[in-house]
Amino acid sequence: MPDVPSPDGVQWLRPSPRMWSARLALVSVVAVPVLAALTIGLALGVDAPAAAVALAVGLVVTAVVLFMLRRRYTAWGYAERGDDLLVRRGVMLRRLSVVPYGRMQFIDVTAGPVDRIFGLATVQLHTAAAATDARIPGLQTDEAERLRDRLAALGEAQAAGL
Amino acid sequence: MTQGAPSVLPSEWARLHKLSPLLRGARQVVALAFILGGRQLQPGQEQSPYIDLGVLALVFVGGVISWLVTRWRIHHGELQIETGWIRRQSLRVPLTRLQAVDVVRPLLARMLGLAEVRIVVAGQGSSRTRLAYLTEDRAAQVRAQLLALAHGLEGATPEPPEQPILYVPGRRIIAANLLTIWPFLFVTLVVGASVLLVVSPAAGGAGIGGAFGYAVAAALVLARRIGAEWDYTVAEAPDGVRLRSGLLQHRAETIPFGRAQAIRWVEPLLWRPKGWVRLEIDVARRHDRDRAEHETGVNTRALLPVGSADEARWLVSRVMPGAMLQPPARDLAGREANRAPRRAALRAPLTWHNLRCWYDDTYVVCMTGRLRRTIVVVPLAKVQSLRWTQGPVSRALRLASVHADTAGRRFPGSAVFRDVTESGAWMAALPDLAHAARQRAVTR
Repeated sequence: MPDVPSPDGVQWLRPSPRMWSARLALVSVVAVPVLAALTIGLALGVDAPAAAVALAVGLVVTAVVLFMLRRRYTAWGYAERGDDLLVRRGVMLRRLSVVPYGRMQFIDVTAGPVDRIFGLATVQLHTAAAATDARIPGLQTDEAERLRDRLAALGEAQAAGL
Repeated sequence: MTQGAPSVLPSEWARLHKLSPLLRGARQVVALAFILGGRQLQPGQEQSPYIDLGVLALVFVGGVISWLVTRWRIHHGELQIETGWIRRQSLRVPLTRLQAVDVVRPLLARMLGLAEVRIVVAGQGSSRTRLAYLTEDRAAQVRAQLLALAHGLEGATPEPPEQPILYVPGRRIIAANLLTIWPFLFVTLVVGASVLLVVSPAAGGAGIGGAFGYAVAAALVLARRIGAEWDYTVAEAPDGVRLRSGLLQHRAETIPFGRAQAIRWVEPLLWRPKGWVRLEIDVARRHDRDRAEHETGVNTRALLPVGSADEARWLVSRVMPGAMLQPPARDLAGREANRAPRRAALRAPLTWHNLRCWYDDTYVVCMTGRLRRTIVVVPLAKVQSLRWTQGPVSRALRLASVHADTAGRRFPGSAVFRDVTESGAWMAALPDLAHAARQRAVTR
């Protein structure tokens, strides 16, 4: 995503490719049975024109959803700089957050059921400002733990009062 | 005042003033008395009055028990409050974390010479960290010592003398509040209802009642605001800025220096002929669900409810020294670039005219609003995070916004709809400037 301003010399890290697998799995849970049923219906010749239209629509919707999810997935990025953490996200509404380590109040690492199946976790950094949204989803569990520990250590080292 | 006493703050557990349960319960008792009394007076009610009296007594006894189990002390630089009867609660507030101290005296408490001390801590409303009630002298001493401890001084340091620096005359408070939406709402509703009453009293029965009800509500809001801002005095003491006000309920807030997260300068449309402005200050506190805050009817913390531009400018210079309220001719990079680009008018047709933002090495200043021009000043040393956002329309227009978030809950500094390359330059420059500003704040 070249549109989000990227300060010089920033190495963007990306969420794990497993995050994309998790997204694909979620889409397939819905899309595969529906498309399969339509295809079988078409093959058996049940009301052929209607089934054909429905199948076409189903395929297009699936393709569009996959395309948008893919763009969203590629938009995520984070970078650890000397004094702050950078997080970028979003396709329609693009966002870049810069959070100084010293401003960190706490970090939380969460993993939902789907995340856990794929060994993923979300790391979120909280500051005293409610508006801060420094959330990095789709990190592999070990990377999430590394990031959490590193951020906690840096936060403590650079802590600043309110 | 106990002159010469080394420390008035109890280092041993102490109770609140004896009359506290009476005062704290007064509101509930009055409300309850109305309800129960109303029921008693209803014809055909054959209930014994003793049950109702019993309920009242229970409320009162509950208040007394709550007072009996509440203890507080200052210990190891912490304010410790233990309270609760069935559910024990123990509060520990490190005084270095204190954001502001308020002394509030509701009408009833004033008659009894009592006051309530509220301790404002970041990320939490003041409803739980309050001492209600203490005698007025005691409250003043507690405030002085809490502030002294918060500044890392000896607890027994006497309250520093304060210098009144600004007084807002009552006439101006009334005039300024009359120049808001509420009086117009009131007049419109009353006139509308009266016309309806004359034209067709039968048809608009419900509407007339409703309109009068809303009119009364508007009048109440107005009266409440005037009451809350009455007698507004700003004083400067070595431990912070002190704001006092109130007609019936008297309130004195102390905001220690360096606790202001942001300042907002507001010029409402109707005040423009008079050249008046309002200054609001944001400290790190949560405003939602803060019952104690809502009770006062004032949920915006004004630094100056109404004043001339000169007074406001002068106050800003005291609280945020060196803040530029007028856009500089050129920015740090030497470009003449504080106005949003012309094409931003397509995205924000009303406010574009005043969309100006600039920063120096200490402050970010953002101006916006057409009818109600506002200027937000955010010290870079207080910035919690920086955000860059761009929606689809902005992207098509090659615009983007930069937000400087602070721990205050009310107004972030938002430089909206800047040129996209300029916003990128802001995002490159501001983190380093904020870092430097934080370092300076630490070493000073």
